[in-house]
Amino acid sequence: MIKYKSLLPIIYIIFLMLPIYWLINMSFKTTNEILGVFSLWPLEFTLENYRTIFTDPTWYNGYFNSIIYVAMNTVISVTVALPAAYAFSRYNFLGDKHLFFWLLTNRMAPAAVFALPFFQLYSSVGLFDTHIAVALAHCLFNIPLAVWILEGFMSGVPKELDETAFLDGYSFSRFFGKIFIPTIASGIGVTMFFTFMYSWVELLLAKTLTSVAAKPIAATMTRTASASGYELGLLAAAGALTIIPGALVIYFVRNHIAKGFALGRV
Amino acid sequence: MSIELKGVVKTKDAETHIYETNLKLLKGGFNVLLGTTLSGKTTLMRLMAGLEKPTQGEVWFNEENVTGMAVQKRSVSMVYQAFVNYPSHSVYDNIASPLKVAGVSKSEIKKRVESIADLLKLTPMLNRMPAELSGGQQQRTALARALVKNAELVLLDEPLANLDYKLREELRDELPKLFAGSGATVVYATSEPMEALMLGGHTATLHEGRVIQYGETAEIYRSPNNLTSATVFSHPPINTTKVIKKGNELFIQDISCCKIDGGLKNLADGDYILGVRPHHLTPFSTDENAVRVKGVVKVTEISGSDSVIHIIFGDCSWVSESHGIHPYKVGETIDLFMNINQCLLFDVQGDLIPV
Repeated sequence: MIKYKSLLPIIYIIFLMLPIYWLINMSFKTTNEILGVFSLWPLEFTLENYRTIFTDPTWYNGYFNSIIYVAMNTVISVTVALPAAYAFSRYNFLGDKHLFFWLLTNRMAPAAVFALPFFQLYSSVGLFDTHIAVALAHCLFNIPLAVWILEGFMSGVPKELDETAFLDGYSFSRFFGKIFIPTIASGIGVTMFFTFMYSWVELLLAKTLTSVAAKPIAATMTRTASASGYELGLLAAAGALTIIPGALVIYFVRNHIAKGFALGRV
Repeated sequence: MSIELKGVVKTKDAETHIYETNLKLLKGGFNVLLGTTLSGKTTLMRLMAGLEKPTQGEVWFNEENVTGMAVQKRSVSMVYQAFVNYPSHSVYDNIASPLKVAGVSKSEIKKRVESIADLLKLTPMLNRMPAELSGGQQQRTALARALVKNAELVLLDEPLANLDYKLREELRDELPKLFAGSGATVVYATSEPMEALMLGGHTATLHEGRVIQYGETAEIYRSPNNLTSATVFSHPPINTTKVIKKGNELFIQDISCCKIDGGLKNLADGDYILGVRPHHLTPFSTDENAVRVKGVVKVTEISGSDSVIHIIFGDCSWVSESHGIHPYKVGETIDLFMNINQCLLFDVQGDLIPV
């Protein structure tokens, strides 16, 4: 009986893993083999694709650039969202619910809408092709998300905790740093994961706002395809490496994400 | 420390939570705020703590007006009904936190935390996190944190309400002892009349945002100044009925009639309200002057050696609480007895008529 029951999830997992397996499979093949024969595993096993990526600066700089602006974005988003979320969860003020909803509407427009104004604006103030340009642009959708998630976690903390701290003599800033932030640490972890992920996978704004100095890995991948024919093996290796940071982050916050789901905000 | 509320009013969103209140609490003793849910106990405490500002009026500590003073600057500690501890701090750090903020030296902190932990039987738990403790231990931690800083005013907002029966009794016995030597003024909110009686000290009865009466606990129980105060301070609720006084006789709902003497005899003839506490209404006669109350049994609850009998008496629903097991059947007509001299008499506005 148990065998039949486990059949469905097994099929589902195979279905999910198949494209990833195929990507990794391709990354160890030569382009000729990919185009020439159908094989379930590399017939001519090669590490040449990975070697190219780790030695060619146009490739590995793509990773550095991506990681730099994603990290910047994550730090900015969480830093800005923490006080905002605290205000939304603790205070009533005129139009607070409307403002909270309006924040979310920022996520409702496709990035393409903002690509042109950002490009024009950043070009004219000299921010074009810098890491901070992409990091700031990504704040557009990541800060509302971070506020939304953090507000959920903060509202789960009773207001009495704040009051007890004030009665104990804590000043607001000391309470926020020493008591409140440790209390919602898992919420901050979940928020960082989501801001990281959205910024990491976003292509359009990152590609539009950079040319050479801050070119992200995803953009590098799309451009290589057209520049020197089809280097499928190389692209597959780049793709496989792009998955790794995301997988690592998920691994570290997996327990907190479960908590986030339980709180109903993620 | 003496604490005084001078003409304090609190309104929120056009809704009055506390009507004009003047209250001076017993210095260095136990003060119980007794009232049902939504009677304003918590709001009153929050006003004293400074967590909320009064809409009108002033709060005075000793001879100082502290109405606008920040919470941090007041010598106040508070324990909530829900167990509030810092989840990211160990029990030791939780208890030590007010001292750390105050800049007390490490060795002094260690000494004070250990002595208070010993007092509250928390010594084996000092290195654990609050989430790893039972409810009783969590509340002990909160109490320890409130005690350790030697605040002059300690506010306890139904601290035992979320605990199970055994723990509640245990802590209730300990509480007055804990504060006995500290000289702190303790304000204790509860909705249970029995708890107020057990804690002693002074009691303020609250009803719908008004302080009805304040004074020595036993005194308030014995002679509530009006029907509301008597209702708040009686569990099961006090039995009431309309009575008519004519000459030497008191007519109870056209059903019973009894002779009255003493001070009551000089009362003007007319309508009054009679209040009978449930334990003054018994299924057996104590003396020949006892007034007979004939009623129909609605429910009988027997708990161990006590019986609570709910009857329909005329057009009123009455409760009798007595020692012994009295297994009456539902619908049975029975006689209960009360002594008219133990009853409280109110005028039609509900004010007590002193005898």
